[in-house]
Amino acid sequence: MTTTFDTTTLTVTIDGRRIAARTGQTVLEVCRENSIHIPTLCYDPRLKPYGGCRLCIVEIEGLRGYPTSCTTTVADGMVVTTESEALFELRRSVIELLLSDHKVDCLTCQSSGQCGLQDTAYEHAVEMPRFSGELHVEFIESENPLIARDLTKCIMCGRCVRICAEVEGRYVYGFTDRGFDSLPNTPYGVPLHDAYCEFCGQCVSTCPTGALSNKLGKFKGRIWEVEHTETTCGYCGVGCTLDVSTKNGKVIDVTAPLERGVNGGNLCAKGRYGWGYTHSPDRLTTPLVRRDGELVEVTWDEAIAEIAERLTAIRDEHGPESIGGLASAKCTNEENYLFQKVLRAGIGTHNIDHCARL
Amino acid sequence: MAGLAAAFGSGAMTNSIADLGEADVALVIGSNTAEAHPIIGIELKRAAKNGTRIIMVDPRRVRLADHAERWVAIKPGTNTAFLNAMMSIILAEGLADHAFIAERTEGFDALRRLIEDYDVDAAAEICGVTAEEIRQVALAYGSAGKASIVYSMGITQHTSGTEQVRAIANLAMLTGNIGRPGTGVNPLRGQNNVQGACDLACLPNCLPGYQPLTERGTLDRFCDYWETDHELPAESGLTLVEMMDAAVAGELKALYIMGENPAVADPNQTHVLEALEALDFVVVQDIFMTETAAFADVILPAATFLEKEGTFTNTERRIQRVRKAVDAPGEALADGEIILRLSRAIGLEMDYETPAEVMREMAEVTPQYGGVTYERLEATGGLQWPCPDADHPGTPILHAERFTRGKGAFAAVDYVPSPEQVDTERPLILTTGRQLWNFHTNTMTDNSPGLAELSDHPYIEMSRADAEPLGICDGDLVEMTSKHGTVTAHAHVGRENAPKRGVVFMPFHFADAPANRVTSSAVDPTSKIPGLKVTAVRITKVKTPSN
Ligand code: SF4
Ligand code: SF4
Ligand code: FES
Repeated sequence: MTTTFDTTTLTVTIDGRRIAARTGQTVLEVCRENSIHIPTLCYDPRLKPYGGCRLCIVEIEGLRGYPTSCTTTVADGMVVTTESEALFELRRSVIELLLSDHKVDCLTCQSSGQCGLQDTAYEHAVEMPRFSGELHVEFIESENPLIARDLTKCIMCGRCVRICAEVEGRYVYGFTDRGFDSLPNTPYGVPLHDAYCEFCGQCVSTCPTGALSNKLGKFKGRIWEVEHTETTCGYCGVGCTLDVSTKNGKVIDVTAPLERGVNGGNLCAKGRYGWGYTHSPDRLTTPLVRRDGELVEVTWDEAIAEIAERLTAIRDEHGPESIGGLASAKCTNEENYLFQKVLRAGIGTHNIDHCARL
Repeated sequence: MAGLAAAFGSGAMTNSIADLGEADVALVIGSNTAEAHPIIGIELKRAAKNGTRIIMVDPRRVRLADHAERWVAIKPGTNTAFLNAMMSIILAEGLADHAFIAERTEGFDALRRLIEDYDVDAAAEICGVTAEEIRQVALAYGSAGKASIVYSMGITQHTSGTEQVRAIANLAMLTGNIGRPGTGVNPLRGQNNVQGACDLACLPNCLPGYQPLTERGTLDRFCDYWETDHELPAESGLTLVEMMDAAVAGELKALYIMGENPAVADPNQTHVLEALEALDFVVVQDIFMTETAAFADVILPAATFLEKEGTFTNTERRIQRVRKAVDAPGEALADGEIILRLSRAIGLEMDYETPAEVMREMAEVTPQYGGVTYERLEATGGLQWPCPDADHPGTPILHAERFTRGKGAFAAVDYVPSPEQVDTERPLILTTGRQLWNFHTNTMTDNSPGLAELSDHPYIEMSRADAEPLGICDGDLVEMTSKHGTVTAHAHVGRENAPKRGVVFMPFHFADAPANRVTSSAVDPTSKIPGLKVTAVRITKVKTPSN
């Protein structure tokens, strides 16, 4: 049961603008809906508010301190300030602290250009970390073919732990140890496969840094070089919305746009990682005709002429009911429509089926 | 989905994915949702967290069972007995919605006669569960304000699949759980565009939009519209399984196969191979050299979904855009383009410039798609049919005011034992299905680096209770034999998704050890869906791996 929002509208004032909001919304949600930018690191609309990174702090009249906007629900008449010198400085020191224990590796990090930490550091003019502590973590896992984990870049936002528990219900990750040595890891730090990971890659999709990244696209293209195509997944009947990244005519990554489609940013292993077959060297690339038992390469015109000739001859000799066609649940609606049309109207048979029955 | 169409007038999922979470109780029966439809699995897990009571009825402890209130380990093929017993309890407890039955349905009396004195204990015995379990499930479903049923091939892939679907429809109507958010009967479609392929009549028994081809008037309208020279018969053509039979009998001479791999996907593989061998002329249009292509006289290189424009229709009837991200390799062409060329060569002129133009024609002849255009799909992100005209917003919930066929039709259907029964020679029931990292016949997943490495080798899952007496341990090589054939694979004993005692499971994806070599091609007489979910088998140990 989804909690149905009370749709009563409230009025709040944000940075001097009067804005309508709904009961139950957080300050951050209202700001996002109204294109008011607040920096965040531990927020993902797919997850419950967490209040961990403290980057989304704001000032609210009548409230002491600096509440986190992702966990504060709006009240009628609330007056919010999202930008001030004090907020800037506080946020800046949070980022500096995070960077003091971070393997700053932006040169070749796969997340460069799409990294929450890099973006907020830039936004807050953090040039060189003021603190420089020891880089205390050394944890790199790369034993599986899909997900690379370099926890020297982890900022402990907990998003991977939460998406695996809250959305996937799998609990592959938890925080190990305490305090300074705490890490989002599998039980005993075993490789993902041994921790019953399903490789949906949801943790990679939510990680704001390069701590978790997809191996398939590594060193294949930077975010600013790729083209994006929004399409629908070709595997199961759910029909998830995909964002396909391509560079030089090759797919390098597949993600899901947040808050769109039936999947709202979520994907499974097949949708996210199952695209490599498109570029397989074993793809069929030329029409082939069997001559004396051997398959020989022919032109399209020859192949089509051969089919037309044989089918017409068989129809003339044995009638249209001696010909059948199997369409495909993997093909588009338009293609399936044309397929049955050519069999019915072109050949004259209703011998058409596809594998829905299987 | 013939059963559902007969009951409601439409065989499609009645409700939407997003509204599953509105249910107070969700009965998930014969669906390994978390692996076969992972994102719907997520939706159900979220629902469970927010208070929806999930009840799983399945021979295997499938992954979603971790999030369910209850897992009922039912014997494969006995769902109808279970559902009838549930209805009997619901009726006796006064939980039936008599106002709904009177107003919205017909044929209840016959069902009442069947379920009134239904022997719940006998049903429990048949299903291999306790009468108390059936009772608890009946009370949970029957007393819920909003109850939804989700099912998949665990229901339809039986020789009695049509009856099982009717029984599900009966249950929903008996309790008035139709036409509102959080209710409904929700079959989950396996492959991405099964729904669309059906809607657009890649079926032997109807015309686009499920219009009857036995009505001369309707058929003639299509013939005129398509400007065909051929006299189309007003009777159904052959189904896939029937085509294979006809090929062996020498009646079917040519088969044109677009993007299918029946040599692996079909039940009773030996028979299919025989059929392909017997045909005079076979065309295979695909992206890879499949097992089926080995029998082809002409092989045509096709494009993947990433290489073309068009639309898919998902399991909740949502028509969505497919957009081209990359070019097809070499001379490979989109399937649609190949069909256009062939059509011209056999004398049926087809001149469409773009898939959008094909959609325009589809909308004209398919009432459910009447208001669908590419412009609207771009603007909305997707439309759920029926969407009869340009102003219609689409339909998230079917049968809200009235059933598509007018009144909902009850049918008194009883449990029919599967033709495959266990005996001393074949004491175990094999059930087949999907597995998370593999897809259908694996041509896509096996050729995708990463996923290919993760996917398991062929295996047979069994319970400890069945393995021990046979001296079989986890990892042993075993041989499985049915009346139809033999297959060899490694045993998974007592692992995460282990089936109940007496049942073994094998995924059907693998060409080197196809589960379909041992399944039968006996089909449900109405839906013509083969009974892949129940096969009597014997398992023997071949050897223990040396390490
Ligand atoms: S690995 Fe990424 S998502 Fe997980 S806690 Fe670290 S930074 Fe956050
Ligand atoms: S991403 Fe997974 S759940 Fe979504 S449509 Fe693709 S295969 Fe289905
Ligand atoms: S986004 Fe609010 S505390 Fe992190």
